[in-house]
Amino acid sequence: MLFPIGLYGALIIFGIGLVYRISAWFRYKVGINAERISASARVSEAIKGILLALFSAKIATLLRVFFLDVVLQIRVLREDYLRWFMHICIYGGFILLLLMHALGNVVTSRLFPSYFSTLNPFMFLRDLFGALVIVGLAIALYRRFILRIPRLVTNAMDQYAIIIVALIMISGIALEGTKIASHSAYKRMVEEYSGLVDEDEMRSLEAYWVEAFGVVSPTLKGPFDAETLEQGREFHEMSCVECHSRPQWAFTGYGVAKIIGPVASWIDRVNMPGVLWYIHILACLVGLAYLPFSKMFHIFASPVSLLANAVMEREKSAPANVATRQAMELDACTHCGTCTVRCSVGVAYEEIPNANILPSEKIASVKALASGKELTERELRIIQEGIYLCTNCYRCTLVCPVGINLQDLWFSAREALLQRGYPEFLVLSPLSFYRGLMREDLLQRDYGEPLMRAREAILAECDLMKMRDKAVPLTPADRGFQSGLSLSAQASTFSVCFGCETCTTVCPVVGNYDNPKEALGLLPHHIMHACGLGVRDLAFGSNMLWDCITCYQCQEQCPQGVGVTDVLYELKNLAIKNVKEKMIH
Amino acid sequence: MDFALFLGCTIPARLTQYESSSRAVLERLGVGLVDIREFNCCGYPVRNASFKTFVLSSARNLALVQKENLNVMALCKCCYGSLKKVDHLMEENASLRKEINTILEREGLRYEGGIEVRHLLSVLYHEVGIESIKEKREKGYEGLKIATHYGCHALRPSQVVQFDDPVSPSIFDQLVEVTGAESIDWATRLECCGAPAWGINDDLSMDLTRKKLGDGKQSGADYLCVACPYCHIQFDTVQKAILSQGGADHRLPSILYPQLLGLTMGIDRETLGLEMNQVPLGDIAGFLSDERSAVSNQLSGESDR
Repeated sequence: MLFPIGLYGALIIFGIGLVYRISAWFRYKVGINAERISASARVSEAIKGILLALFSAKIATLLRVFFLDVVLQIRVLREDYLRWFMHICIYGGFILLLLMHALGNVVTSRLFPSYFSTLNPFMFLRDLFGALVIVGLAIALYRRFILRIPRLVTNAMDQYAIIIVALIMISGIALEGTKIASHSAYKRMVEEYSGLVDEDEMRSLEAYWVEAFGVVSPTLKGPFDAETLEQGREFHEMSCVECHSRPQWAFTGYGVAKIIGPVASWIDRVNMPGVLWYIHILACLVGLAYLPFSKMFHIFASPVSLLANAVMEREKSAPANVATRQAMELDACTHCGTCTVRCSVGVAYEEIPNANILPSEKIASVKALASGKELTERELRIIQEGIYLCTNCYRCTLVCPVGINLQDLWFSAREALLQRGYPEFLVLSPLSFYRGLMREDLLQRDYGEPLMRAREAILAECDLMKMRDKAVPLTPADRGFQSGLSLSAQASTFSVCFGCETCTTVCPVVGNYDNPKEALGLLPHHIMHACGLGVRDLAFGSNMLWDCITCYQCQEQCPQGVGVTDVLYELKNLAIKNVKEKMIH
Repeated sequence: MDFALFLGCTIPARLTQYESSSRAVLERLGVGLVDIREFNCCGYPVRNASFKTFVLSSARNLALVQKENLNVMALCKCCYGSLKKVDHLMEENASLRKEINTILEREGLRYEGGIEVRHLLSVLYHEVGIESIKEKREKGYEGLKIATHYGCHALRPSQVVQFDDPVSPSIFDQLVEVTGAESIDWATRLECCGAPAWGINDDLSMDLTRKKLGDGKQSGADYLCVACPYCHIQFDTVQKAILSQGGADHRLPSILYPQLLGLTMGIDRETLGLEMNQVPLGDIAGFLSDERSAVSNQLSGESDR
């Protein structure tokens, strides 16, 4: 009675969850373009797009991708053999168990009318599939907790996934093992199938099962004489063998039965098999009901992502479908960490402790943004920094085992974040090169604003720059600022500048303007001088700093050996650090 | 002669023809390449914001090279400059080295110095040598005028990068001339391409690029020749944007050095990725002369014997 209630309850939650999660593919908005398209428009575009793909030559691509990438998971194999083996073990073993064992009455018995879970090959296969999953889980644990792959993050959801699968498998194997050893289970079978009534006959059959099949009897203990065993064997062949293969074939359960042998009678007495059955069923039902809300939802989303990305062409896809695909991709992520392990700037995380630098963690933040969740300014700025710290090298996208176009996700999310109005100082670095190349995809107004905002925010911290006549008090000199220029030996060389202006004369940026002071503020030799005087604001507040193209002409030609470019680099570091500290407090 | 090939971020993502043409040319010249999959960004793009991250990034790459017991060759001048700079810093600054190695040791890495950091051009010039390149040439250009663009981060700061004479460099010119082309003299040949400002101050960036294109054009060049992805994208993709804005027409297509060299070796256009350049190269192969190739083949054949 409890079982059907539990099963239908779990199925209902599972179904509702599935609908809820899939509906998010049309509700969630990644980026500015998605904001402008309604959910209903996205649904109708998606249906249109799917039908168009199915009834075109693209069907061949879909089939190929389904077979190679979804079933065989070639993309994982290409990346890492061990991980591929792990995932094939878990997913292959689990699906086969689901079909043959959990859905035995629905699937297996229809395909094989002679199906009996206690008969080979089914009995052996069940254990083989179970063993595969266990091997996969062991590799997963090894990878996550022993191998210590740099920057691979294991979160609570990853732990849940391992725990729930482990619980299902271990309870199942333990259940099988305790049943093999169980005397009461044996008794039940004898009563139901043997038709034996004579005490002696029953005893000889039991002796045979104790001797040969690991049943632990509270009354009968070996060694038995050969005659009894021979008689038992005959009864076994008459009554049991047709429906029950040797339990040794269920090798994992049999192993458990052997291990628990000494305490098997007690285990049987307290009805441990019954308890384990509840644990096993409960774990399965919880796993099923919670599946749409856990990372296991990738079972549905990841194949969709692989298939969609295989047939969607960047230029030709309807914007509504791109929006839907990007929302769906957020669910397809399995948090496997491949992107993070291969990320070009992942190493920056060691120095800048912002988890949003790592693609596998960034995607959770993008999801929070796409869901419309209220985030604080601080949170938004941390996400913004993490998303901007990316060289757009495309590696994450190339290696993603489920084919998520991560680079496009970052781009969409990045632009939407930049438009929220919080200054991001990394825009004033060559990380912006890619954004410049993509400027035609952006609105002209949207393009320049973040750049202006970052410069203005830095300038706003430089009080001296606001003074009209620039009559600057020179005492006391900011010694802390001067000694702060110490990251490399070159940076302190400003002190030997004698103001010959060679740096400014050879600077191609200065040379580009008719009125350089107006465009750039302080020029290179002024900035060296400002450092010498310890006037921080003047050094930080000049456009020259951000317009420096680091061509090193100034440094190369300085007769005094001042590392002008290196000083400018360090000033940029300090200016950003300074303004960021002030904004946080 | 094996090198770890350092591609950086830009080439695999946006300039694959630079990789394919370089690999093809280097294979012909017998330079072995080892790919290290764990390489990360050189750190150049984050140097404005975080010096330590910059050092850590390049140091990790150098440590990976050291682990393989190799030397490293970069195709990008900014990667080259960064790797060189960090190699230099790790050598001269003991406390920085210690700090960085402490972080690297978390993943079992360490950099102690002593790696040779090379650029494609320095490998071609110093390791392969002009004569060997000449021998592998099947054809030569005739009447082709090239504006050779050195790229800032290869030349400067010269004490650190030690690529060539920073005031009157000649390596790249000689490498261009070995193809039979003429490397012309032009006033801004050692100046910046404008790429570092692209995305930060596009007007400034385009001004600098226009200046170079105009100078190259006026000095009679048919093509610009570069050996850096940033320079090339600037002279190619950004030039295309400049051209679409109208104004004075300084159209001057950019060709990557291994593309220029590859054509003389008879490497096919597809491997060299000639059609992938945004500003079309036109009929550059029209400058190739077969007659000359017959002579040079004969010569190289004789010298082999």
